[in-house]
Amino acid sequence: MYRYDEYDQAIVDARVAEFRDQVARRLANEITEDQFKPLRLMNGLYLQLHAYMLRVAVPYGTLSGTQMHALAHIARKYDRGYGHFTTRQNIQYNWIKLAEAPDLLAELAAVEMHAIQTSGNCIRNISSDQFAGAAADELADPRPYAELLRQWSSFHPEFSFLPRKFKIAVTASDTDRAAIQLHDIGLQLIDRDGVRGFKVWVGGGMGRTPMIGHVVREFIPASQYLSFCEAILRVYNRYGRRDNIYKARIKILVHELGAEEFTRQVEAEWALLEPLALDAPAAEYARIVAQFAEPAYDPAASDRLDLADPGFALWVKQNVHPHKRPGYAIATISLKPVGGIPGDASADQMDLIADLAARYAHDEIRVTHSQNLVLAHVRKADLHALWTALDAVGLATANLDLVTDIIACPGLDYCALANARSIPVAQQIAARFADLDRQHDIGELKIKISGCINACGHHHAGHIGILGVDKKGEEAYQLLLGGSGAEDTSLAKILGPGFTEAGIVDAVEKVIDRYRSVRTGPSERFLDTYRRVGADPFKEAVYG
Amino acid sequence: MIKLLTGNDLLTGDVLWWSGAGWSLHLGDAVAVDGDGLLAKVIAEERINDPALIDAEMTPEGPRPRTMRERIRGRGPTVRLDLNRMPA
Repeated sequence: MYRYDEYDQAIVDARVAEFRDQVARRLANEITEDQFKPLRLMNGLYLQLHAYMLRVAVPYGTLSGTQMHALAHIARKYDRGYGHFTTRQNIQYNWIKLAEAPDLLAELAAVEMHAIQTSGNCIRNISSDQFAGAAADELADPRPYAELLRQWSSFHPEFSFLPRKFKIAVTASDTDRAAIQLHDIGLQLIDRDGVRGFKVWVGGGMGRTPMIGHVVREFIPASQYLSFCEAILRVYNRYGRRDNIYKARIKILVHELGAEEFTRQVEAEWALLEPLALDAPAAEYARIVAQFAEPAYDPAASDRLDLADPGFALWVKQNVHPHKRPGYAIATISLKPVGGIPGDASADQMDLIADLAARYAHDEIRVTHSQNLVLAHVRKADLHALWTALDAVGLATANLDLVTDIIACPGLDYCALANARSIPVAQQIAARFADLDRQHDIGELKIKISGCINACGHHHAGHIGILGVDKKGEEAYQLLLGGSGAEDTSLAKILGPGFTEAGIVDAVEKVIDRYRSVRTGPSERFLDTYRRVGADPFKEAVYG
Repeated sequence: MIKLLTGNDLLTGDVLWWSGAGWSLHLGDAVAVDGDGLLAKVIAEERINDPALIDAEMTPEGPRPRTMRERIRGRGPTVRLDLNRMPA
């Protein structure tokens, strides 16, 4: 894992001291809320419905056990004993007191964490594949490149006041586990003619106006990807709209200019930048790569796995993925128990997972954009012991990518922007489909729920998407079908008129029942059936 | 329909309701507010964030905000009843 050097630590410590002074001045009424609000947002501190909410960055979703223990400590000391893992691979605390925020940030800084650039019109936390560095299907670990992007984008003076927020994702596999085509910039590590580089998408995104990114470069050498990103950001910063918040994202600029013209402008800008040698020196890249050195794998680790226990076998089938090393596996811990709140983890659970990571997974934990946690390097011989420990505390739900593995934003239960609640809808759907046999029969089915059009719950990318809307002060829900955030990215389409809270759960069940009756067989996923038969059979099932 | 004055406490972020004599953590203490004068005073004092007058109706159980959003603000998350604010 990357460790802070003296510059990283000094920068983060200085920011804590600066914010401490800003908070003191606000509490003394020396500055107004209008003056203070952008300062607290720059430190990830929002005001939500019930209290201040702090969003803590988890760079590319990677945490050490020490950091997870610190997050648990913060949940107990400064919050109400829990945190919420988000679709940006971050964690949010819901009950923070302003006067305590500087102390909290100081405790985060002590474990090399912060909340910088988790809000505001800047480059946000870089996201990545939760299996990075472990996946059997990846070209190389993408996280050193993500870390370089983090360093480049942190306090970048030119890009601290962009027209709107900016999100970058980096992967290194043909299987897209980070929704790269739905990011402002998506980068996939590839090789071409023996040279390592990136395929570059720009202009994807969800929110009010969902769009799939355009390929602006089939290949940029890895030695030049930073300056190429700089060129993209420069074009956006210069021409992105600042007069209309709803048209300010780069996807709108790409759409209005056209991908071809946008690409031409980026190439022209890059032609100016390229001779300036802005990219990281090879030695700096090597320094970062060294920090992502592989863990000390057990060379004698065996591939043997005893699947005699049916509960364990089911968990292995659904929640365990192939590792690049013989004798190892990747285990996903579902934070979606039936009846639970998607993405929430108690302080005790965080501590337990940190302990398990230390014991079984080289002290490393990943946060997924699907709001689950991952232990990326587990000896197959340890999987049963890990599962047993997780099962004892209700963390071994074998539902990864199944109908109850639902993404849900905090929604109107917490969020000041939301129009409708997301979590209760997720809970009711999960309860309706609680039977694991039924879930496994349905197969891969990704339900994603957003409580408003900002789409933090990724409803546009849901095989089944649900969008909460406001109807004269009361909640209503739209049903969308056919979205995907994977390598076969597509945007879900609204099926028809909306529903009440009870009605949306019934509608989802009707859609799933119709899928089971029209699929070619259990191996045809919901999404593939939808793409084959279109929306009409589902409309007929739901609206009769 | 009546108007209630609400906002969030600067220090804690807690939801507050104007009770006539001061601020209360409990929606049940909220009283109807006439005109915008009190709101303007609260804005000027800079101690309450996002102050606003919201629509509500008076019921036998106490004030009931018109929108689901304000009802949830008044009570707490519907999915964590253990964290809800109980009547005073």
